[in-house]
Amino acid sequence: MSDYQNPRSPESSHREVGHREQHGTLETFPDPGLPEHKSRMADRDPQAAKRGERQVALLFGISVIGTIASMVVYFALPPDGTTSGVRLSTLSLGLGIAFALLGIGFGAVHWAKVLMSDHEKVDERHPVASDAETRAVAVQELEAGVKDSGIARRGVLKGAVISALALFPLTIAVPLVSSVGGDWNVSKFKHTLWRSGTRLAIDPSGRPIRAADVTIGSVVHVIPDVSEEERQSHEWITEKSKAVVLLVRLDPRDIVSTQAPQGEDWAYDGIVAYSKICTHVGCPVALYEQQTHHLLCPCHQSTFDVADSCKVVFGPAKRPLPQLPITVDDEGYLVAQSDFHEPVGPSFWERLK
Amino acid sequence: MTTSTGNTAPTTRTGKAADYLDQRTSVGSAVKEFARKVFPDHWSFLLGEIALYSFVVLILTGIFLTMFFVPSMSLVTYHGPPASMDGQLMSDAFASTLTMSFEVRGGLLMRQIHHWAALIFLAAIVTHMMRVFFTGAFRKPRELNWLVGMLLMILGLAAGFSGYSLPDDVLSGNGLRITDGVVKSIPLIGSYLSYFLFGGEFPGEHIIPRLFTVHILLVPGLILALIALHLFFVVLHKHTQYPGGGRTDKNVVGFPLFPVYVAKAGGFFFVVFGILALMGGTMAINNVWNYGPYDPSPVSAGAQPDWYMLFLEGSLRLMPGGAEFVTWGDFTVPLNVLIPAVVVPGLLFTFLFAYPFVEAAVTKDKREHHVLDRPRNVPVRTGLGVAFLTAFIILALAGSNDLIATHFHMSINAITWAFRVLFFVGPWFAFWVTKRICLGLQRKDRELVLHGHETGRIVRFAHGEYIEVHRPLDEQERWLRVNYPAHAPLEIEPATDARGVRRKGYKKDKQLQRLSRFFYEDRVEPVTPTELAAAHSHGEHDALEGAGHARIEAGAGAGVGGRASSSSRRTGPTSAGPEVPAQ
Repeated sequence: MSDYQNPRSPESSHREVGHREQHGTLETFPDPGLPEHKSRMADRDPQAAKRGERQVALLFGISVIGTIASMVVYFALPPDGTTSGVRLSTLSLGLGIAFALLGIGFGAVHWAKVLMSDHEKVDERHPVASDAETRAVAVQELEAGVKDSGIARRGVLKGAVISALALFPLTIAVPLVSSVGGDWNVSKFKHTLWRSGTRLAIDPSGRPIRAADVTIGSVVHVIPDVSEEERQSHEWITEKSKAVVLLVRLDPRDIVSTQAPQGEDWAYDGIVAYSKICTHVGCPVALYEQQTHHLLCPCHQSTFDVADSCKVVFGPAKRPLPQLPITVDDEGYLVAQSDFHEPVGPSFWERLK
Repeated sequence: MTTSTGNTAPTTRTGKAADYLDQRTSVGSAVKEFARKVFPDHWSFLLGEIALYSFVVLILTGIFLTMFFVPSMSLVTYHGPPASMDGQLMSDAFASTLTMSFEVRGGLLMRQIHHWAALIFLAAIVTHMMRVFFTGAFRKPRELNWLVGMLLMILGLAAGFSGYSLPDDVLSGNGLRITDGVVKSIPLIGSYLSYFLFGGEFPGEHIIPRLFTVHILLVPGLILALIALHLFFVVLHKHTQYPGGGRTDKNVVGFPLFPVYVAKAGGFFFVVFGILALMGGTMAINNVWNYGPYDPSPVSAGAQPDWYMLFLEGSLRLMPGGAEFVTWGDFTVPLNVLIPAVVVPGLLFTFLFAYPFVEAAVTKDKREHHVLDRPRNVPVRTGLGVAFLTAFIILALAGSNDLIATHFHMSINAITWAFRVLFFVGPWFAFWVTKRICLGLQRKDRELVLHGHETGRIVRFAHGEYIEVHRPLDEQERWLRVNYPAHAPLEIEPATDARGVRRKGYKKDKQLQRLSRFFYEDRVEPVTPTELAAAHSHGEHDALEGAGHARIEAGAGAGVGGRASSSSRRTGPTSAGPEVPAQ
């Protein structure tokens, strides 16, 4: 915009400023008002308007084609059960729908931008607050209502109403809360399926593990040896969530320490078993690095040293993974000596109780 | 009222229908009120619309999905595609997810659109909040609507998380397991809260049906109600507008609802839906059959939650484990989980909830604001916002520290340590840099207003002096740069009154003043007409009659922040231009 289009040229406004300043009245600049409206091509040239109209119609036409295309591919490309078949069906249907929708969307927006009036309108705003008179009336009405109800004078009634309303939710909350947590027996956290003599089995096949079959450096994902039937039951997943164990065979000379108390041996010939449930927030600690004997939790990178009681060497966990005491039975299968000696998994308030 | 007045009885079919409706609903007054209601236009106002439209898409595709999803953890042996899942034992929830993906036509498309829409929904909410924050749209009278928006964001997170967990695959199961670990860490009631959620021990057989109800009834119901309230406030307050000539706190300038916004906003819904359909059709997301049904034993490395949960994940990853401790009486307090998963997000959300009220208190500003701030004009607010985002982004990146480690072949321990340091240093640094940039931009605005645009034209005077010719700003350009309030720190009453009696509440005032000083101590005042006149008249106002139509003017003199030295114009106090206007 060039200067001569301005209602006030900088020169004149400058003089005005200088003049008023002498009287000390003008502290801020005046609002210049709305900028001048710039007309669009389509406002000036009927040819351009016609062109805009054709473009809008074309966009809506694309939408129609998109819808038809999506119907065609829907019937022409039924998913055949293979991943690629499903992908193709999803892709073609998705593209059809996208064109159907984008045609309408861009058509409408283009219409608004090119052909509809672009003259800005000005609406007045009014203060959000109601005026003093309205407020006075509102207060009057409320006071009249309070007076009519007599609540201010009848203290007993007020107390009774408040008590009734405050107590009533108990009728719903008590039955809900009593049932929503199952039996509320939170001490179940502290026990797992492991018992003295429970064989260690491979996850997920359930085949018991012979000590002789575990080579040095190998790592085995372990579950308690229970019947196939039990593993198909619903309780299994909950029990498995606590009972999963990671078994590693180290060179016995590499073992720095285990969690066994003085005079007990919780390992068998370099084979150690630790809970697989991270003591941080409970992810399965599944990544084992052979060279360093480190176990890494892929969720939050807590790192445990298998050779040294599974102590935390890095990350957000504080406690070592609990060790499962193991030995072998008469047939050479690895078995548990007992359950874990502490609760597995994440910490909680009454963990040590 | 029994009949319409005789002389206006409608004759056309549309007229008759309108008359029928109006006599029963008084729709006429609503149309009169709203049809031509004015809304301002700006691309950044579309962010909230994207959130709204993705929510509509979520409902549409969600209804489709509920027709086929079985929210049950009963175990079944699955038979069907894909081959890798055939014959496996899994929950009904997972099996029905497979069926709807492989055997329901368009089912996978709907699932993918739904998932993408959820990601876009939250991204749009967050960017919309950024727009509102940085432009000060939360100021009076909109503080309550900011709170409604905050609740909507939190509900959005709840909706996303509950939906993510429904397919009962390995990834989402591990997500739930982490949730269980976090819940258990809460002192005193943690174990019971875990039972409350899972109906017993994790995972049990109740969590999927419960999450289903939360996901399709409770949360969307609340979101719908709050969206209605959010939009009611928008209509009540009328939309904010960006600053410019003729736009004030007493008016609203824009285009009428009918027809412009019916077409633009209605069209934009189809654009958003279309792009989501394009994403759902072309970009695979959450292929649960690659992960398999939930099993507590396996977990995949490099697993990421959806983006909006990354900051929590990162927060958990960064916290060193040493914070866990055992109290007297052998009670365990796992601060290594509580701090990152409860305290950190609690602080972040508290900041957002409280900010509008804190700013209003330190500004002592009771007026209504409908013209938005340019972010540079409120440097401390902008700095705090960027600091907040920096903290959020660092946490989110920390949530991907394993991917960063594998992609860039770096030590994960080093990355984690770097993020630990960055989490404390980064926001502080970002605040400082942003504040300086804002002040710098304000000074540049002053400079422009006082001295105009550089034109690149060098002119030599008769006495040998060179100057660069400057072109003054037109009124609109200038108005944009001078029309803002530069708040000063609060002034408070002295500690004692005239008779030396100590004043009550002085200490509180003093604290508020200190906070206010933090906000407004460094500020750049807008140019006043007096200053402009002074800049033009200090014997340094060298004006030339330009070659073209415009009157060209050379400015000089130091602005508030000192001049950029790039300008070669140095006019001494005694030099005079060829044409000095009357002073």
